Amino acid sequence: MSNHDHNAHGDANAHGSMKSYIIGFVLSIVLTILPLVIVLNDLMSKTATIIFILIMAALQFVVQLFFFMHIRDEKKPRFNMIALIFGLVILLTVVAGSIWIMAYNVVG
Amino acid sequence: MAHTATSSHDKGHGHGHDGHDHHDHESIKVFGFWLFLITDVILFGTLFATFAVLRLSTDGGPTPDEMFKMPGVIAETFILLTSSFTSGIAVLQMHKGNKKGLIGWLAVTALLGASFIFLEVYEFIELVHEGVTIGTSAYWSAFFTLVGTHGLHVSVGLIWMVGLMIQLARRGITPVTQRKVNIISLYWHFLDVVWIFVLTVVYLMGVM
Repeated sequence: MSNHDHNAHGDANAHGSMKSYIIGFVLSIVLTILPLVIVLNDLMSKTATIIFILIMAALQFVVQLFFFMHIRDEKKPRFNMIALIFGLVILLTVVAGSIWIMAYNVVG
Repeated sequence: MAHTATSSHDKGHGHGHDGHDHHDHESIKVFGFWLFLITDVILFGTLFATFAVLRLSTDGGPTPDEMFKMPGVIAETFILLTSSFTSGIAVLQMHKGNKKGLIGWLAVTALLGASFIFLEVYEFIELVHEGVTIGTSAYWSAFFTLVGTHGLHVSVGLIWMVGLMIQLARRGITPVTQRKVNIISLYWHFLDVVWIFVLTVVYLMGVM
């Protein structure tokens, strides 16, 4: 029983509630259906579609991070958050850098 | 519940005095797992970068919009989204001290994960039968490497989840198994996010 009480105190905010999981699930479904509908029915121009579906994917990431992975509930110092931001900076550098440099890689 | 309380009490005897240290130790391990996830972010980042650079390099061969079958991909997506949700319910059940609920929802998550892998393997086999392999062109090399690496992650997660379910059945909910459940649910949510980017960048942009 001591174990259970300990959880009630220590991690009270660290695992969310059924309500927050359901909100997260509904949001993630909506954020998936919107891009599918738009791409499969050709509702927007090509550039607009690419920007829109990338924003939807990024929002999906935020939803999973906040509602399911509970990044908000981390106690200070927020090492998990700092590590994640560091990882995302490297990710963006690698992906955007590769696309950028190869876009101008015209031989001759 | 009664069984859980007893077993955690028994464990508590051994190192009851350093319960707080033990808790800190577990949270350090969770942080270590976040660091692993960051390295995985970078791994997938390099594969996405490769894919983006080679997205037009089909060498005059089959193009993605000719080959992709969206119904299967859409089914995979909703299966994985739902499994991300059910792994969250498993964590909620754990915090209620409901061992049966925890193992049950982990089993549902694992079954959904297995369905996802089944559909993905089926898709790969179909592609190979239609003459598209990892050696067909630079585009398909990048495709199979990126999508296959994600599928491999899900497969490893499945084996891990079954192992954890066995451990939970034998040891009950202890601080150690609790940390392991928290970590595997982080891993599972992470793989769901990676899949959403695969869906967006590989499939949706591929059929546009």
